[in-house]
Amino acid sequence: MLERLREPWSDRRAERMLGALASVVLLLIVLMIVFVAARAWPSFQHNGLSWFTGKGDVDVQIGNQVNTGAKPTSADYQIGVWPLIWGTVLTTGFAVLIGLAFAIFAAIFIVEFAPGGLRRVVVPVVRLLAAVPSVIYGLIGILVLVPFVNDHLVSEARKKSVQYVINLSGTGLIVSVVILTVMITPIMIAIITDALYAVPRGWKEGAVALGVNRWRAMWTVSVRAARPAIIAAVVLACARALGEAIMLSMVSGSKGFAPNPADGLTFIFEPLRPLASTIVEDAESLNAPAVQASVYSFALLLLFSSLVLSIGAWLAKQPMKKYGIRV
Amino acid sequence: MAVAPQTEPLRPIRPPRKRRVNESLSTWRWGDRIAFVLCWASGIALCAIAGGIVLYMAFKGLQYLSFELLTARPQPSADQKASGGFLDPIIGTVVLTVIGIVIATPIAVATAFWIVEYGRPSWLARAVESGIEVVAGTPDIVIAIFGLALFQQGIFSLLSFTAQGGAVFGRSFLTAGAMMSLIALPMVFGATREGLQSVSAHVREASYALGKTKIATIRRVLLPSVKPNISTGAALGMGRIAGDTAVVVVLLGATLRIDPESSFPGVGLLRGTGGTLTSYVYNNSSAGEGNAKEKAYAAAFVLLLIVIGLNFAVDAIAKRGAQTGLESTRLGT
Repeated sequence: MLERLREPWSDRRAERMLGALASVVLLLIVLMIVFVAARAWPSFQHNGLSWFTGKGDVDVQIGNQVNTGAKPTSADYQIGVWPLIWGTVLTTGFAVLIGLAFAIFAAIFIVEFAPGGLRRVVVPVVRLLAAVPSVIYGLIGILVLVPFVNDHLVSEARKKSVQYVINLSGTGLIVSVVILTVMITPIMIAIITDALYAVPRGWKEGAVALGVNRWRAMWTVSVRAARPAIIAAVVLACARALGEAIMLSMVSGSKGFAPNPADGLTFIFEPLRPLASTIVEDAESLNAPAVQASVYSFALLLLFSSLVLSIGAWLAKQPMKKYGIRV
Repeated sequence: MAVAPQTEPLRPIRPPRKRRVNESLSTWRWGDRIAFVLCWASGIALCAIAGGIVLYMAFKGLQYLSFELLTARPQPSADQKASGGFLDPIIGTVVLTVIGIVIATPIAVATAFWIVEYGRPSWLARAVESGIEVVAGTPDIVIAIFGLALFQQGIFSLLSFTAQGGAVFGRSFLTAGAMMSLIALPMVFGATREGLQSVSAHVREASYALGKTKIATIRRVLLPSVKPNISTGAALGMGRIAGDTAVVVVLLGATLRIDPESSFPGVGLLRGTGGTLTSYVYNNSSAGEGNAKEKAYAAAFVLLLIVIGLNFAVDAIAKRGAQTGLESTRLGT
């Protein structure tokens, strides 16, 4: 037996072996969808479409589910997830919007304006920011930014004005968005920078020869040509922001509360909790079947969104293939 | 007949004086000037944020870090003087990273070779390639919770602890490492694929011309030449694993100490639960139960050193090939 293994592999056998190993990934994805969907099913079954709506305090509902026994009734599965979805949408949306503007300017700076020495500093800096673990961002958020916001930005009057609804303590939307922006911007910068580099030199030189300045040439020619990469960057950053669990669980305030834009400026200080953080925090009470169904239904929604975003990124990248750029 | 008036004799044309074009902002429109300033501002802001984070962590970390913290086992105690150090989390990080990368590297390298060198049938190759992108885009918390559902099945009972009633616990170093390998896989795959695609076709043809089979070419020619790329991908993947918290919290139990499942050395540890530096920081921040800022800062500093070390080890491995220097950041997306 060993002798057979030691002799050189035939080509066909090698191809089959490698192909089988490669297909493991596909098998895992199918398993992932099946397992998560199977465990999430009771929650959708008993809630129907009202799963997506708000039904009061979602934390109370999950708390009740923890105490239901091994055989929960249909009423025990009741949950309205809207506050968590709204928290996810708010943090992701704001962080991606702010991060996008920042990333485009930073990418243009790296490609066009940065002097050689500074460029050699900025590029490792982007890589560093992308590499810092989320728990360290969370630590800085909760020990530095949250106390700062609590002491200097949220006034006592503001806290009093909403004290019967929600407790403002510094954790909340603004800190979450600021840190999430710092976390996802490096990915966008990396993608946009590489796309800007890949735009043929002649195009921009043509623009400069026609007498426009360097910024105009960048903005009207290079950035325009790199639009598909910018869209791909946004989509991938969205996927990253959706799935951020640990950092947000530390700085978002961890309240199943939907911040209300009608509250004016108070809105940005209100606590929230996205879907991913809810999964982390309830991972310990998975023994109760009702909680298990709810938590896996959050995971299924995240999985579905990230699948849609993957398809979106794939579609966005298609035009870039013309230029031979692999994003 | 009119003769064109001679104005002046033609002077020989002097070669144009080399003059640096001094592009002055004063000729720019106001909107362009503002954009220019914004570009510089975002570049400087990036440096300031990164510098701020690293310096602050270094300052706080070095302030609280001590040799005893690194070598003492953590003790469950409310009194910070008695709660020990973080030896167990460091061991946990190392063990988990090694398990994850040992599972991920062979699969990722085999997949990359198959896709680039064979890639038949082409629909399957395309599906696998998109599949890896899907895995890269899946949130780590979803991967973690999928791992829990998968490894709680009876057939995986050997990997973790089984409760009295026969319920499989599903949380152990082995199960967490297996799921961590999914997080590292896209990075190793991407780096290997880029390396293979940059190997020139002549190299392969020369090998085929000598009568070598495809697999012999892969083993003797291509594998040695993409070794630096594989190491790059593995280092980046290890950085990702070491920095991940969600999988640790859900699948490793995130306990304070490593709890071997039996007294049998080695196997007991792998089947047991534990914690890593990331979960130690998470639990000791004011968000967790521990609430010991000083220790969280010290552990976070050690973690940051490990992750930065792994990410910039890449530069030492692969000096050549990088054009923009940002390719490695793009790999995992």
